[in-house]
Amino acid sequence: MFRISKRAEMKRTHQGLVRIAAILVSLVAMSGWIVAIGHNPLMVYKAMLDGCFGSTYRVLETIKYTIPLGLAALGVMLAFKMKFWNIGGEGQILMGAFAATYFALNFSDMPKTALLLLMMISAMIMGGLWSLIPAIFKVSFGTNETVFTLMLNYIALKYIIYLQYGPWKDPMAFGFPKIPNFSDNAILPKVFGLHIGWIILLLATVVVYVIFHHTKIGFEIAVIGESENTAKYAGMTVRRTVMKAVFLSGGLCGLVGMIQASAVSNTLTFELSSGIGYDAIIVAWLSNMNPMMVPLVAFLFAILSQGASFIQTAFQIPQSAAEIIQGMILIFALSAEFFIRYKLSLVDRSAKGGQHA
Amino acid sequence: MLSLIVFLHAAVQAGTPLLFATIGEIVTEKVGNLNLGVEGLMLMGAVGGFMAGYHSGSPLVAIIVAALTAMIGGWIYAFLTVTLRANQVVTGLAITILGTGISGFLGQSLVGEVLPKSFTNVFKPLSIPILNKIPFFGHVFFNQNLFVYLGFIAAILLTVYYKYTRLGLNAKAVGENPYAADANGIDVSRYKYAHILLGSALCGLGGAYLSLVYIPAWQENVTAGRGWIAVALVIFSMWHPSRAILGAFVFGGLDIVGFRLQELNISISQYLIDMLPYLVTILVLIFNSVRKDFVAGPKALSVSYFREER
Repeated sequence: MFRISKRAEMKRTHQGLVRIAAILVSLVAMSGWIVAIGHNPLMVYKAMLDGCFGSTYRVLETIKYTIPLGLAALGVMLAFKMKFWNIGGEGQILMGAFAATYFALNFSDMPKTALLLLMMISAMIMGGLWSLIPAIFKVSFGTNETVFTLMLNYIALKYIIYLQYGPWKDPMAFGFPKIPNFSDNAILPKVFGLHIGWIILLLATVVVYVIFHHTKIGFEIAVIGESENTAKYAGMTVRRTVMKAVFLSGGLCGLVGMIQASAVSNTLTFELSSGIGYDAIIVAWLSNMNPMMVPLVAFLFAILSQGASFIQTAFQIPQSAAEIIQGMILIFALSAEFFIRYKLSLVDRSAKGGQHA
Repeated sequence: MLSLIVFLHAAVQAGTPLLFATIGEIVTEKVGNLNLGVEGLMLMGAVGGFMAGYHSGSPLVAIIVAALTAMIGGWIYAFLTVTLRANQVVTGLAITILGTGISGFLGQSLVGEVLPKSFTNVFKPLSIPILNKIPFFGHVFFNQNLFVYLGFIAAILLTVYYKYTRLGLNAKAVGENPYAADANGIDVSRYKYAHILLGSALCGLGGAYLSLVYIPAWQENVTAGRGWIAVALVIFSMWHPSRAILGAFVFGGLDIVGFRLQELNISISQYLIDMLPYLVTILVLIFNSVRKDFVAGPKALSVSYFREER
């Protein structure tokens, strides 16, 4: 039958081809499924693309969704590269938005630039601190960070709901549970018709790339990811590196919260993130832990999400179809890794028997 | 006193989905596979069971379909992590995303629908004679519905399985040291597949309990993070199915404590009380990692097995 053996490292271009093949296979699988629910896949794909690029407004909307997704993926990647499974992006986004909102509401008469900077920095610190809690316990006692970060998502979510329905509720909103809108001072400016989040995303991409490839901490992150023991023997202070990198990871997610609150919803709502922290994990993984790939992958993902919400109205296909598709793409991409790492070869049993005889 | 009994009785019911999911995840982790897709598997079981029950009217069919639906998710997980040796953490997340999507998609047309009368009849409380006369605990544990008893039985059977049967001991060996197990002639892949499938079926039953008995109507995202709490409860119970019973019911209590406090006119925001299960989960995680006698679980947990690396 088949024999599985480990491969020497595959060429980068070949790796890329395998991954593209995985995405194509998932598109085919998706088509089968779209047929099964009674639609023409080509029409559905066309409608999805139309929903993303049909007008300038739609293109801007698609990019608008790329920004938080890409930034959060970069954040998540900083932790994932060390095999620190930060799935708390969602909570870090919300807590970052919370800090930014605090300043936006209470210091609205500050000069615009100063206020925006204050909001950004506070959001990054808050997001960073929120992720630092599990990191401290992880490095001190080996506490499981996956469940810890996830539980913090729920706590952050409940806390924001509490604020929205309780102490921060807008008294002018006729009893409607919403937090007051930001003043103009607290809203990110636009460049080329789009809020400056896109510039932040591109900058952050370069920064994370530089961190990974040209700094000491980036090198340490990579070594810890490969083997914590190697890092220890090499004399690295694993503890401190992990905490620093996780702080940065949460910080970037916190920044996402600030951008979403300031530029997109113009206030804090508990629906502010709605799954970006989780989608970011997929984006980070599909980018193969390469920051330069993140904006592109995030953009493809944004197309998927925007397209899915568009076909919901056009074909009455529920929005949750997008989740199924995302899950499927991830599953095929994970399967593709196998063909990158291992070689399948056909073993001729009879020939083998002949040798012994 | 009476209200405490009523509270604990309700806590057992709220804890039952956690119990199923926790022992399901224990079975999976015992063969060395960390499946973070519990939430997704529960949702798949919940929607599969509800659909089957809604259309067939038969509780038995509903339960079987719930287990089978979750096993499809479990099979995908097993294929990826055992055969293709994919990263277990990310595969688990993929299963959660997929399961959430599937339950949302299939459940779309079922929102607000209620199950036929046959369900309330089958899952009404059944007192167990003699045992239900035990003071205090009698009502709490032995005046429950069939599904709850099924949970007790499953947990106890698994305890016996891992302690006294050859299959159970072999399964443990696979999770502790697959290379040694393989050398002893244990078919590692087959053990992994079988236990991952069994574990997923149990997770699916946990989800089905929510949609078939606990609610019993369809609502979007019916699990609300319980799958993740189950992952933490595995650590809490130190991979012992019998200890999972305690953990699940404690967390079942936390799940409903909010309503009870409101009844007592204690004025804390509902939203803050809702944080309790998650907060306590974190405390449990920390507590378990700090204690000295803590067993960190199967030694080969979340490591893919590749024979040639022996």
